[in-house]
Amino acid sequence: MNLHEYQARDILKRYGIPVPDGDVAQTPAEARAIAQRLGGKVVVKAQVHAGGRGKAGGVKLAAQPDEAAAHASRILGMTIKGLTVHKVLVAPATDIASESYVGIIVDRGSQAPVLMVSDAGGIDIEEVARTTPERIYRLAIDPRYGLLPHQGLGLALRLYRDVAQARSAAAIMANLYAAFYAVGASLAEINPLAATPDGRVLALDAKIVIDDNELGRHPEIAALRDSSAEAPSEVQAREAGLTFVKLDGSVGCCVNGAGLAMATMDLVKYYGGAPANFLDIGGSSNPRKVVDALRIITTDPHVKAILFNIFGGITRGDDVANGIVQATRQFPLTVPLVIRLTGTNEAEAVRILTQAGFSALTDMDEAVRQAVARAAA
Amino acid sequence: MSVFIDLETRLLVQGITGRDGSFHTRQMLAYGTKVVAGVTPGKGGQRFDGVVPVFDTVADGARETRANTTVIYVPAALAASAIYEAADAGIGLIVCITEGIPVLDMTKVLPYLHERGARLIGPNCPGLISPTQSKVGIIPGNICTPGRVGVVSRSGTLTYEIVHQLSTNGFGQSTCIGIGGDPLIGTNFIHCLAAFQADPATDAVVMIGEIGGTDEQQAAEFVQQGMTKPVIGFIAGQTAPPGRRMGHAGAIISGSAGTAAEKMAAFARAGISVMKRPADVVPLLRERV
Repeated sequence: MNLHEYQARDILKRYGIPVPDGDVAQTPAEARAIAQRLGGKVVVKAQVHAGGRGKAGGVKLAAQPDEAAAHASRILGMTIKGLTVHKVLVAPATDIASESYVGIIVDRGSQAPVLMVSDAGGIDIEEVARTTPERIYRLAIDPRYGLLPHQGLGLALRLYRDVAQARSAAAIMANLYAAFYAVGASLAEINPLAATPDGRVLALDAKIVIDDNELGRHPEIAALRDSSAEAPSEVQAREAGLTFVKLDGSVGCCVNGAGLAMATMDLVKYYGGAPANFLDIGGSSNPRKVVDALRIITTDPHVKAILFNIFGGITRGDDVANGIVQATRQFPLTVPLVIRLTGTNEAEAVRILTQAGFSALTDMDEAVRQAVARAAA
Repeated sequence: MSVFIDLETRLLVQGITGRDGSFHTRQMLAYGTKVVAGVTPGKGGQRFDGVVPVFDTVADGARETRANTTVIYVPAALAASAIYEAADAGIGLIVCITEGIPVLDMTKVLPYLHERGARLIGPNCPGLISPTQSKVGIIPGNICTPGRVGVVSRSGTLTYEIVHQLSTNGFGQSTCIGIGGDPLIGTNFIHCLAAFQADPATDAVVMIGEIGGTDEQQAAEFVQQGMTKPVIGFIAGQTAPPGRRMGHAGAIISGSAGTAAEKMAAFARAGISVMKRPADVVPLLRERV
């Protein structure tokens, strides 16, 4: 789950990391009031789950409150990478002497949290990694001992020659590491970490991604979810306990298991079609999930055919068949349905489907070919 | 022969009286797996289905029954603790089926296991099966046949699909291993490839990867440098968009890294026969064995 910048800033602040003052606004009037309270020059920043906000015109400087309101009215409602901006952050514009990068991820290779720092701050870290990888310093942290003081200071001295500044940066790294574990993050980054002309070191922008598996034990973090930043069908799917990712094609896919769901999408493409979605109904045998899945797929007007690909293991074929029959009784389908079903309770499933007027295939390739042809017809 | 599990496997089930644990314990017993013990705290002294003794702790169960392998079906919130408990009881092979363990928990679990010399398969995996000898986990026994092809995969049902194609075309399996769909797992492709290379009962390996991470690329290097047996590879997620998690917690293209194209190219460079679709497995195997 992605957090907005203003939410990530709040977490950093709570863990003792210096962050400039500021507040979030949903209307131009609110933006004006915040700018007034802050005094001086402010920055108005779109709060949206997308990179490249500056380039898209979602970050603007304002010399006085009326200008902040004007910027806010332009940015609110703006679309950045397909996402509508509903909130802006208004913060004091900070004078910057230098910009660095500090981030923590869980590294799959070393199976440990890795602290990354770079003196090339303010730009996308992937870009730095591509063009000047020698400017990124990495340290795998042993989670049993955490970030040791000399490790943090050693990295901080790569960023700052001034020892006082390096000590501030090392403290920020230690606090970021503490926050990382405390909130259950899979990524936490400060970019830029700025040094001001008067020698202070502070976090000007923050990004935190939470591991979805942590949300159960962190209800206060789960409550930060902004559903307006997601496709409505994806919100609906999550509430129904389904894993769903919306795509642009015309073949709706309903599959059991994530790997098979991906392979099914790939096979749709292999036969010249385009998948409309990724959808995993999971391992359980609940007809209800099939009904929910079909409801979500059929709300997409681009779907021209629906493909079921079920390999019964724990998932029972007869449960899926019952789900299909129930769903099509509740809301008759307007697009063709191609069903591939094999494995556990296959015979019973075929009987249920045949009785309801559907036919079922057992071969995956044949089913995908048919679905692609139907979608194109 | 086979890898990791065989006729010597003496299995303990953590969470044996739970919904999933009891269902799959019956399946494993029916398959012929030697299920020697179960653990559910507070239910020590009972017998599961009148057959399998239930203990309060893994330590009790392992001591009384000489269990050498455990399979974990407990809910995500308790699963990391169940892994620690199994390692403390001296169990050498720990198979964790549970999905949803926080990655940060795994950053602490994995070094703990490493220090105690225990092997973890999973989490978030279907387990493994050595056909006719032992089944540990949830892979349906009826789709597998005994034979000489090793299968290792990050997926569940996609593995069943490919194993089904193998079985119906005369390619039986030595062992099928689901290593799990999480970003941090105990046993990776390389561990399994090395075991299959060393196993005299395995002639060829089918490796089923997916988008996210670089495990497949490292496995490709291992195949190039350390394997003489033919390897057939598949990567799921060729049509997956970047930055989106495709069901498995580990199946995500981060920035431009971890794409299917990159992994398939690494396979091809290493001399691995690359399947474009699941149905290619049998023709490619026929070419190589």
